[in-house]
Amino acid sequence: MHRFANPTRFLKFARPATWVCLSLGLLLLVPGIYGGLFITPPDYLQGDSARILYVHVPAAWLGMAGWSGLAAASIAQIVWRHPLAFVAAQATAPVGAVFAALCLATGSIWGRPTWGTWWEWDGRLTSMLILFFLYLAYIALADADRERGGEGRIAAIFGIAGTAILPVIHYSVLWWNTLHQGQSISFVRGESSIAEELFWPLPLTAGGFTLLFAAAVLMFMRAELARGRVEARLRRQAEGQR
Amino acid sequence: MMRPKQQRLVLVVAALVALGGAALLALWGLESRAAYFVTPSDIVAGKVEAGVPLRLGGMVREGSLDRKPDGVTVSFEAVSGADVVEVSYTGILPDLFREGSGMVAEGRLGADGRFLADTILAKHDERYMPPPLEKAQAAGETLER
Repeated sequence: MHRFANPTRFLKFARPATWVCLSLGLLLLVPGIYGGLFITPPDYLQGDSARILYVHVPAAWLGMAGWSGLAAASIAQIVWRHPLAFVAAQATAPVGAVFAALCLATGSIWGRPTWGTWWEWDGRLTSMLILFFLYLAYIALADADRERGGEGRIAAIFGIAGTAILPVIHYSVLWWNTLHQGQSISFVRGESSIAEELFWPLPLTAGGFTLLFAAAVLMFMRAELARGRVEARLRRQAEGQR
Repeated sequence: MMRPKQQRLVLVVAALVALGGAALLALWGLESRAAYFVTPSDIVAGKVEAGVPLRLGGMVREGSLDRKPDGVTVSFEAVSGADVVEVSYTGILPDLFREGSGMVAEGRLGADGRFLADTILAKHDERYMPPPLEKAQAAGETLER
């Protein structure tokens, strides 16, 4: 990891990686979305409204995976003082927030025709909303800390502490009675209660959205590093004029 | 002697363990209060007070749905395990509301043991499949966890 402690070396890797992630992601998303919307048969109970799962499920995973990444970067920031860790965590936060919001929005749109309600305060919905608010809080905290010239230590502690919400989201449908149904896909047991004919576009959209997520994080990181360089150059110029 | 880097690592790991433990304890304490609904079994066991607003979640028993002549009033039996509670409701049912499927009713328990619902929500399960498989799959399984 410390090989990338040098921003120049990181940028050398990040520039092409951004485009690889972006184009590969779109390459997976196009057949995934097309397959999910037009090729798969409708669900036996919900009909066509179940098709939203090809966006909703990846959005939920990435909303949670995003915080895991943010927390991992925060640990690297606190423990190893990796110079790019804070940049990475800060770049992940807005992208994760967007996916968490996408999960909440698609879930709401899905809930209206199936359950009969846009929103209910059940365990799964509420814990996911809390994750979205945690992202917003992290962004505010990191910005405030940076403005005061800090290294983002407080934001990192918040990022690590926030991981407590992840098991709550995951287990909410098992621990508590919820309106939200139980999990369809178990990674641990490698099982899925989604029939094969309906399942196959999901890995495509999940992979596609994951690559888009990575591309967006890389872009945010590059923008942040560029901003730092601009600031450093302006400072040098100002000192030179004096 | 530990180097500062290792000290920080130990500190972070200890903090994570403490955090996880605290979260578990809090959730354990929340368990009964965070439940989104009570089940017919809770009502039969006498854990529910009459007249208090609450949600009741259960399966709609096959063949129990009774539509009254006015067209908007229905009654049906909600079951969990062997326990049954009769629910009556006046209003529009969600599209996915059907016998043999899950539902959540908001309302309160009447003094006569019937549940008077103000709102009915449909609850579906985690299985998704194409239509032709429906009969074969739904035969043995229930939607209840």
